[in-house]
Amino acid sequence: MIYSSIGYYSLIFGLIVSFPIFFYSIRNFRNEEVLDYKIITLSFTQLFLVVLSFLGLVLSFIYSDFSNETVFNNSHTTKPLFYKISGTWGNHEGSLLLWLLVLTFFIFLFLIKSKNLLKKYRILTVLFQQIIIIGFFVFLIKSSNPFNYIFPIPNEGLGLNPILQDPALAIHPPILYLGYVGSSIIFSSALAATTLNYISKTWAIHIKSWVLYSWIFLTLGILLGSIWAYYELGWGGFWFWDPVENVSLMPWLALTTLLHCILVLEKRSNLGSWAIILSIATFTLSMCGTFLVRSGILNSVHTFANDPERGLFILTFLFVLIFISLLIFFIFNKSDNQNSGSFFLLSKETSILINNWFMMYFLSVVLIGTLYPIFLDVVTSHKISIGPPFYHKLIIPFLIPFLIFMAIGSQLKWIKSGLEGKLYNVVFFLISLLISFYIIKNLDNNFLINTILIGSAFYLFLITIRDFFFKKFKSIAQNIAHFGFSLLILSILFNNFFSSELITNLKVGESFKNDRFEIIFNDLKKVQEKNYVSFEGNFSIKEKKNQDQFKPELRVYNQPNIITSEADIKTTFYTDKFITMNTVQNEEYFNIRYQIKPFMVWIWISVLLITSGGLISLFKKKYAK
Amino acid sequence: MYGRKVKLRFFFITLILFTLILSVFLVLKSLEENVVYFKSPSDIQLISEVKNKKIRVGGMVKTDSIKITSNEVKFIITDFKNEINVSYSGLIPNLFSEGKGVVAEGYLKDKSFLEASKILAKHDENYMPPEVKAALEAK
Repeated sequence: MIYSSIGYYSLIFGLIVSFPIFFYSIRNFRNEEVLDYKIITLSFTQLFLVVLSFLGLVLSFIYSDFSNETVFNNSHTTKPLFYKISGTWGNHEGSLLLWLLVLTFFIFLFLIKSKNLLKKYRILTVLFQQIIIIGFFVFLIKSSNPFNYIFPIPNEGLGLNPILQDPALAIHPPILYLGYVGSSIIFSSALAATTLNYISKTWAIHIKSWVLYSWIFLTLGILLGSIWAYYELGWGGFWFWDPVENVSLMPWLALTTLLHCILVLEKRSNLGSWAIILSIATFTLSMCGTFLVRSGILNSVHTFANDPERGLFILTFLFVLIFISLLIFFIFNKSDNQNSGSFFLLSKETSILINNWFMMYFLSVVLIGTLYPIFLDVVTSHKISIGPPFYHKLIIPFLIPFLIFMAIGSQLKWIKSGLEGKLYNVVFFLISLLISFYIIKNLDNNFLINTILIGSAFYLFLITIRDFFFKKFKSIAQNIAHFGFSLLILSILFNNFFSSELITNLKVGESFKNDRFEIIFNDLKKVQEKNYVSFEGNFSIKEKKNQDQFKPELRVYNQPNIITSEADIKTTFYTDKFITMNTVQNEEYFNIRYQIKPFMVWIWISVLLITSGGLISLFKKKYAK
Repeated sequence: MYGRKVKLRFFFITLILFTLILSVFLVLKSLEENVVYFKSPSDIQLISEVKNKKIRVGGMVKTDSIKITSNEVKFIITDFKNEINVSYSGLIPNLFSEGKGVVAEGYLKDKSFLEASKILAKHDENYMPPEVKAALEAK
């Protein structure tokens, strides 16, 4: 109980600290001195108070203090300690407190890291960031207080949804938030830089590290969520075009576009306005994601409460932020004309710009697919859903030019590039098409487009491999990331083309046989665990001459009362074998799904490669200093 | 008559406009083809003709209606006013049970029979898809 009170009052004092920060910032902004040290001290105080508040909540969870409503709703005494702690951010209130924590942490980090930059720019960034911070403080205290007191104090909590009790998912929110909230610094600083007409090479170099930080964490956060969905939800896929996935993909697309655009700004002092728009878009989309996921408009495991007041608050806040930022953009932004005449058709910046457009197109497709059903529901009250075919149809064909431009772009120089000595590109492309033709000649649907698609991915693959040898360390970061991307597309495509599955209903002791597999349901074992009962099935699967043993599990949790299935996955470098077992109520039959998913592990590896590209770029920058 | 720069700019603007129109057209067309409408069993009774288009049907699984064999599951979705027979072979979510809300996606064979290709998984025992809730409240 004491921890809850500490948490609550720290939160209130944290909000109060915002006012002196505002006061000193404005006073300091007018004077021509250096940055007032008080601003840094106060920012640190605010960070400290929010950390204290967060620790208060964590401790309430650890000690299962059920006088705290959040703890009561989301925890249980029998839950393992690790999940008690991760339960802190596994709910609406706690996750918002985490948002706030990261917000205050980042602005403090920004202040320390930007010592040699323009004073006015630093102060304005702090001011814009404080507006966001105050918004979150008010939101937390007013409508989502994590420290609500309940009386009489219950003896036992309601428990955390068991499918959230998982190591990957326990660290998924903090990682994802580091990415989401990192974009708030980009947003604030872009606005500050616009106001001061400071969009320049210096700014680009400085903000690039923030873009990279956010991008790395966002990528990892999405990866964790995806891996979790793969093994925990038991559908055997890694991406479902579910709205909650889409809302994390949208800021990622915007951030990736921004990353490339910042490069042009850094090297060529060009595309400044575009960079500002993207900075605003990235943060807005992150906020929008939080709004859609937390307000209960989208239905998923992320949706904690259906409280219209909360949704309305975030929506209003979002509109205010968009309004302010657009206002600043239109009033202060001076179009960067000095360089816009010098865009040559054949140059690195042109290819980056073209792929920027493609990414904006992908972003729009995802945005429409996510928002259209909500829009239609509000306007006509028709309930619809938009499935994967929509996205596949609109995105896949455009991946072809996208991949080709990615490959060509890296071969071109900045400013102006010639065609001399580029013949190998044509050769590589033809080789890729041949390889692709050879691989999928046995598939008969959409043969032409698939050949070209896999061909383009192979083309990028070969070109990046060539660059590893020819360019050595010159652009290693970009090379690894692009290589990872080609690998990602290839693994996704092969995974898609060569997956096979078998679904059947079996009783214990029965077997099922088709022309490829034979599944035998040997027995079922019951084991009592700490907070659930486990039913472990034992299956033999024969394919040709191989025989595998699988032990998928069903877990019946008592608090709350939920059944989850734990897939049994056998992973090798070539393929994943994946089996899940589900119950059918009051029946002796079990629903068995067996899947063979080739190159599954390469999807994760390639995303890690893409991320490591970002990491290398970050460290290279440090090293260059 | 006009300078090279103006011509170039004009060319770019046309290009952008053209791609914009093209992509808007593509998106709209794809939307029209791939939207899946949600219906309650009562809504289905009102349909004038059965189209070969994917739909989602939501409601409650009728008590004592689940029949399971080694390769398919049959059950009845009801909104307590009208009902529809569903046959399904595929992955069954853990929380699929009698007396609970369900959403089945598939093709209508006629007004009283749906061949489902997907049953939607839910995340906890108290959760009911909002479509189902709305459909049940609407009656």
